Amino acid sequence: MSEYLIIDNLTKIYPTPKGPSIIVKDFNLRIKKGEFVTLIGHSGCGKSTVLSMVAGLNPATDGGIILAGRELAGAGPDRGIVFQSPCLLPWFTALENVRLGVDQAFYTASRTERHQIAEYYLTVVGLGDAANKKPAELSQGMRQRVGIARAFALSPKMLLLDEPFGMLDSLTRFELQQVLIDLWRRDRKTALMVTHDVDEALFLSDRVICMTNGPEAEVGEILEVTFPRPRIRKEVLNHPDYYRLRETLISFLNERSDLRPSRDKVGVEQNNIPHRNEPGDHANRPPSTPAMALTS
Amino acid sequence: MPFLELKEVTKGFGANGSRTEVLRNINLQIEEGEFVAIVGYSGAGKTTLINMISGLASPDSGQVSLGGKPITGPAKDRGIVFQNYSLLPWLTVSENILLAVDQVFPDWPPEKKSHHVASHVAKVNLSHARDKRPAELSGGMRQRVSVARALAMDPQVLLLDEPLSALDALTRATLQDEISRIWQDNRKTVVLITNDPDEGIYLADRIIPLSAGPGATLGPSIPVDLHRPRDRKTLNQLTRFKEIRSQVIDYLLASAPKRTEVQKTLILPDIEPEDLSIPKPLMGGRKQPIRRGDIRRESVEI
Repeated sequence: MSEYLIIDNLTKIYPTPKGPSIIVKDFNLRIKKGEFVTLIGHSGCGKSTVLSMVAGLNPATDGGIILAGRELAGAGPDRGIVFQSPCLLPWFTALENVRLGVDQAFYTASRTERHQIAEYYLTVVGLGDAANKKPAELSQGMRQRVGIARAFALSPKMLLLDEPFGMLDSLTRFELQQVLIDLWRRDRKTALMVTHDVDEALFLSDRVICMTNGPEAEVGEILEVTFPRPRIRKEVLNHPDYYRLRETLISFLNERSDLRPSRDKVGVEQNNIPHRNEPGDHANRPPSTPAMALTS
Repeated sequence: MPFLELKEVTKGFGANGSRTEVLRNINLQIEEGEFVAIVGYSGAGKTTLINMISGLASPDSGQVSLGGKPITGPAKDRGIVFQNYSLLPWLTVSENILLAVDQVFPDWPPEKKSHHVASHVAKVNLSHARDKRPAELSGGMRQRVSVARALAMDPQVLLLDEPLSALDALTRATLQDEISRIWQDNRKTVVLITNDPDEGIYLADRIIPLSAGPGATLGPSIPVDLHRPRDRKTLNQLTRFKEIRSQVIDYLLASAPKRTEVQKTLILPDIEPEDLSIPKPLMGGRKQPIRRGDIRRESVEI
């Protein structure tokens, strides 16, 4: 299989009052068709910046991205994105939220066909009964299911997942990872995921790429994950290699977290890191740590 | 005799007819100085369980007792850390803690109280922020205040109700380390409620999964006989760690509510999406999508 996604010397620099701040520098990555690749690293390492550049939501300062032989410019329905919070339109039902993208990408298809597509994906993610509910009536986990259905329904060339289950509790996360992998297995979409959850990365991916910490993030260690597919949680956990890989990733994250410039060596100062789940934090962040503000 | 005991506890909500049983036949015995973690799904009734220990809720049937005496209401002998911190926004860090100290030790001279407060603020590494108000603190720091407040009451039992669930992964790990360190210093009886099996295994002496509701009940009690201090990284090499972890996760996954299996035939038209980067033709153009093949029909189990 040939290279499907080529990321070449991708660089992102933000101008700040203190001079340019390099978030990502010369990031290179090649993904084969049908491969599931995960970028792992701490918040603020620039991994979400890479993903948003592939999504076309954030222009690159330098370097290029080629998907299926064409250079990318801007966002489009050929890349299905699952965000950390599903960003559903509150006045639309679950089905209408999925239809929104389907109607755009399949504008030549008949109404019935578009409805069938949306209905199919919602049912497959387990929301067949909740198709006519509004987001407010759905639990956080169910909303994220809608987000997954919406991305797959576009029949994109590629899937982009930005910490897709970061807001869910660990057990719901297990459940949704299974939903995602079952759906992914049907047609093996090329996928690029960003996460900081070690178990999630190991369970889903073919390859895990550790990103060195920003600023100036680049590709660090690369782990090949060769658990047989289809994957079942219990079998994966009992695989002889599982805990060895898990340890490698945890130590990577631990060691890197000590190197974070924003985390002081003295345990006290680290308390000042703004909490990522709090709204309004962005305004309070010091300008010297733009990476954190942009990737959370 | 166990220090903290729940015997045949059942709790439900709602009136006759629309009543849902949340917890069923809960039996739990905790020894003095033990750190017990209860892991379960959100909505399974974990908070209801801890509310009955704290005295904020009372069981419908069965008994909860501490040191042999039945629990009838909240009291100073049990300190709680809530998920949402529950700090008073108009008081500083020190004042929030002093409030609790004033209640529990009203007879102490003021110097003793302030010294007591200062030492607990220091214990959670917040000395530099003691005069800040909750709004000026990050989530992790707020939860530290909440932990310090509960500890300053010098309770017999410390109840932690998902204390770290609202925090990001990194802050969570830092606070887990702190809780572990503080616990090893004073070895209080602790009941930790969490939805993260790894957090339970990392911190506790014993971990008990709570099955998914409604009518949730406690699963097997699994001793976490791992040497302390524990290290997140090297734990992965221990066979015992893997055993405990898979036991807990297997139990929880197996207890997840079963989907009712309904066979449903769905139709997925096998058509190509249009390339939206090419402008839509105003006139003419293709009126039909590109078809890859026949319509795919599929049965799905829900």
